[in-house]
Amino acid sequence: MKRRFTFSLGVLVLAAMPLAFAQSGSLHLPKTVEAGSAFSIQSTGSGKAVLYIVGPGQVLRRSVQLGEAVSFASGDLHNAGHYLTVLVSDSSTEDGSFDVTAAHEPAALSFLAKPSRIAVDSRDGISGVVYVFDAFQNLVLTPTHVSFQLSGVAGSAQTRTVLTRNGVAWTKMNSAAKEGSGQFVAQVGTATGTRVIQQVPGDPCGLRISVQPSGQRLAVQTDPVRDCSGNVVPDGTIVTFTETYNGSESTVDAPLKQGVARAEMPAYNGAKISVATGVVLGNEIRWGRE
Amino acid sequence: MTTGRLLAVFVTAATVALIVVGTLWPIQSAVAMAGSGADLLSSSSSAQAAVENLAAEIGRQDWEKAYSSLANKNEFTEPEFVRDLTGNYPSLRTYATLDSSDLRPLHASADEAQIQLKLRWSTVVGTFLDTRTLKVVRTDDRSDHWAVVWPIVKEPRVPPQVIPVNYLRWDVIYRGPGDDWGAQDVEAPRVRIIDMHPVDRSAGVVIMGELLNEDVVPAFVTVKATLLAKDGSVIASEDSFDKISHVLLPKQVTPFLIAFHDVALSQVDSVHMNPSATLIAASADPVIEIEDQHLNPAPGASFTGKLINESGQVVNVAHVLGTFYGKDGQLVWVADQYVDRALLPETPVSFAMSIPADIASKVGSERAITATYSSGRFQ
Repeated sequence: MKRRFTFSLGVLVLAAMPLAFAQSGSLHLPKTVEAGSAFSIQSTGSGKAVLYIVGPGQVLRRSVQLGEAVSFASGDLHNAGHYLTVLVSDSSTEDGSFDVTAAHEPAALSFLAKPSRIAVDSRDGISGVVYVFDAFQNLVLTPTHVSFQLSGVAGSAQTRTVLTRNGVAWTKMNSAAKEGSGQFVAQVGTATGTRVIQQVPGDPCGLRISVQPSGQRLAVQTDPVRDCSGNVVPDGTIVTFTETYNGSESTVDAPLKQGVARAEMPAYNGAKISVATGVVLGNEIRWGRE
Repeated sequence: MTTGRLLAVFVTAATVALIVVGTLWPIQSAVAMAGSGADLLSSSSSAQAAVENLAAEIGRQDWEKAYSSLANKNEFTEPEFVRDLTGNYPSLRTYATLDSSDLRPLHASADEAQIQLKLRWSTVVGTFLDTRTLKVVRTDDRSDHWAVVWPIVKEPRVPPQVIPVNYLRWDVIYRGPGDDWGAQDVEAPRVRIIDMHPVDRSAGVVIMGELLNEDVVPAFVTVKATLLAKDGSVIASEDSFDKISHVLLPKQVTPFLIAFHDVALSQVDSVHMNPSATLIAASADPVIEIEDQHLNPAPGASFTGKLINESGQVVNVAHVLGTFYGKDGQLVWVADQYVDRALLPETPVSFAMSIPADIASKVGSERAITATYSSGRFQ
């Protein structure tokens, strides 16, 4: 929006130039200029003129002595893009254009890592995308090496080096077998970005319950619930206990607390008590005798 | 001009006539709304009239008058009578208003009668029925005055005590406005529809299924269904509203039911399901046991059971969702029921939900879950 406004403003300024200013003169424009770098434009002819440079988000105006070079300090032009030049002298108006490209040296990156929470042992489950920018937040389009590293849980770190394409590099990583927070780091030159990936236990594995009498009722409790990699399933996970007896059923949805789910159920001789969590079934126990 | 005058006279006369008719012969609901005494209706000169008057007084929440009309006032106090109807603890009853009442004489003699009174209470989540079998007695042999013997149901009270609770709760810190573009936010929980069936019913199409929270964090879930015609156009779009347990803890499964009225299944080419989940702060308590679950066959097919609050916290509103599976294990129906009384620790409260007769005969097994709401805390 800002760029469009600037461009429109520039065009308006140019349209308002009085023809009486016109004098002859020309410019030797560079084909490309690196964003933020100092450069100069050589003019030819004689007399005075005004040089307008209109580009994305920027308009420059310089009084020019024709036949001399016009110098621009570093940082004068910092937005990458296509620039339009117009030299207005007493007798003529000459236009031209040149491109400002992003600096070759990456200075910053934007790092998108997804998801921030993933189950352990998920192959190619973590994706990282990096956009490489120069010091002026221009997307660096020249191929640049980006290194990705996922570390911080058990085992060795996973590392990938990827070349950017059109300023973007991406990769996929596996989640670790052990739960915990992983540091996902992307690095380009001296610029780094870090994201935390929480690697959480997967579905419970080998779910088992035991039953003990507790007064007039039965105390049912699970063994410590773990996933197939041996990680402790987090507290709050719902475990459903079901007791069936003589066509009647009792159920309790109990959360894991300190790795174990507990519930009290009616004590019926011959009752069948089973356990499940999510879509995972556990063992079944028959209490007493028929 | 003359026509206008005639019309004005006619309208005035009609208004006066209607006011007179409404005053002399008011309808019962108008009397209740106006707050007039039951005396306008009838005196308690018969057993039926005594019950009608009591129902009207209850409807107007004129507790003092209702209590004073009872024959067994000496057995309980007025506050106990009020608590019997509105609950000891805040619950659906507390905020309910009487929608209508029906009475059915069961037995009558010269001095005593038995009448079944059905009080239909209206709440924000629908209506619930409170059925009482009332004994009505003639209070004086020489007079024609009858009074109701109120069958008081004293809700148990929990004695003052401290119940230690291993409190488990999730809190969430979301991304703030100052975070950079590209910085992570907390991930929405992963949920999955594990079962879905469209069914053609007389009232329209019903989509039912089950939703699983696969994640390790609690989720607030909704399910939206869109019916598409053969040409790809949208027939209708609905969500599950309250026919679902919206708060799903890790690895919890909820049934859902979405009703499309006045749509035939033959019109539908495909169904687009859209489950959504948001990470929320939640608590793993209270734990509710659902005991003595029974499927009662037709006629009057129902699913009944008892809820027992195994935690120390009073649950103000409990919502029971029943999932019914056919003999082949396929989902055949989803029903729900709100419990009108608060759940006190370790105190059983019954529930009953009706099931369509044609569905009841197909049911092989069932599963019930509860969603609970406690005042001052979500879930």
